[in-house]
Amino acid sequence: MGHKTPIYELHLEQGAKIVDFGGWDMPIHYGSQVEEHHAVRNDAGVCDVSHMTIVDLTGADATVWLRRLISNDVAKLTTTGKALYSGMLNDQGGVLDDLIVYRTESGYRIVVNCATREKDLAWMNEQTEGFDAVLEERADLAILAVQGPAAIDKVTSLVGPGHGAVIAQLKPFVGLPSGNWFIARTGYTGEKGVEIMLPAEDARQLWQQLMSAGVQPVGLGARDTLRLEAGMNLYGSDMDESVTPYESNMAVTVVLEDHDFIGKAALQAQLAQGVSRQLVGLVMLERGVLRAHYPVFRNNVQVGEITSGAHSPTLGHSIALARIETGEGDLEVEIRNKRLPVKQVNPPFARNGKQVYKLD
Amino acid sequence: MAEFPGDLYFAESHEWARIEDDGTITVGISDHAQDSLGDVVFVELPEVDATVEAGGEAGVVESVKAASDIYAPVSGTITAVNTALEDAPETVNESPYDNGWFFKMKPDNLDDVKAMMNAEAYESFCENEDH
Repeated sequence: MGHKTPIYELHLEQGAKIVDFGGWDMPIHYGSQVEEHHAVRNDAGVCDVSHMTIVDLTGADATVWLRRLISNDVAKLTTTGKALYSGMLNDQGGVLDDLIVYRTESGYRIVVNCATREKDLAWMNEQTEGFDAVLEERADLAILAVQGPAAIDKVTSLVGPGHGAVIAQLKPFVGLPSGNWFIARTGYTGEKGVEIMLPAEDARQLWQQLMSAGVQPVGLGARDTLRLEAGMNLYGSDMDESVTPYESNMAVTVVLEDHDFIGKAALQAQLAQGVSRQLVGLVMLERGVLRAHYPVFRNNVQVGEITSGAHSPTLGHSIALARIETGEGDLEVEIRNKRLPVKQVNPPFARNGKQVYKLD
Repeated sequence: MAEFPGDLYFAESHEWARIEDDGTITVGISDHAQDSLGDVVFVELPEVDATVEAGGEAGVVESVKAASDIYAPVSGTITAVNTALEDAPETVNESPYDNGWFFKMKPDNLDDVKAMMNAEAYESFCENEDH
């Protein structure tokens, strides 16, 4: 038996199909992954993501330490609440994990992946030597991601005027405390919505209120197709320690100026040498489904492979992320010994319910 | 709970076969199979007039979860395919034993069909497989 979130029993009540996800018993779907996907694109859905790891950072050197730890620059977070997406790199520039950092009154709140929890915590603690930087894991908090065009209105109508007032003042990519909750306008779906970090008992109550209000429970299956349509990477599939941010469509998360960070020298060396591989979007208009590890060909030479692929419920055809050698020429993907043409596009594929990529 | 209609025959690879009045059989995948696969998003069907061997590949069903081969339950010749599934693959989930059929075929030997598992045997086969 794996770890269970505080909402586990309530998932079963909703008919959840449970799978192991990084050592956690998590809902993969509640009947139809595709319907859950559409609910988030068209209305509102809620996903229990309490398996993710929250770490609070305090101490006099918090900012100095974090500027060294990650490739993006938290000096950009000029006001309390602002959030930043970044990779955390090893000395070789390989991606140890991707994370979100929120600037808080007392320091920073960092959210990292569940499957990488132990590795991340060990690495982060190792790096605190010589710094006044204190890390505290917040395993006491659950996380509910409520996402979709109607998500913010529905949440606001349920949580009372106090939390409602906080939500009303949140700008996109900002998170603020609200009593013992922390509410952020962030997500992993490409839709409007909030992620709420809150005590276990409050999470159970909010979950039940959301169910009563007709908000669709969303499993990790739909969460995966939503993030893929939104062009967001999944750690462990689209990037890991063997690749750098430049090979992972994460160049915007690297700030080389003004701060030294772990992996910077390796990234500069890679830039000087030239980046030979890139993570690109693929669209297949033929019938069929692109899936992870299918080989990608250019001029009959394999140039890489798919890292994430799925049937896109919003677009009605298959989409994928693939890591390929840079170059020119039409691409093909091999599916069951058959080569099928695909188009290279810049992710995202869909956002706010609509297609956003362009074909020539 | 998955349904196991008594008038059907079942294969270990989770196809079902119904013997029709004209001596052909209709083939699809079981309720249990569609439930394990999750939402079906793509179906590849065999060619009409193709000859297939028992246990040989006769199509592909792709769900949100995985791609799975569809096998011919017995040897014979494909006589019809359900092209409606190309535009509405979700029919496999909604109606696995009726509108969600994959293909019809003329078996070389109808006794091969009758030698498949009956509903009761298949139900206990599924139960054992889940454990």
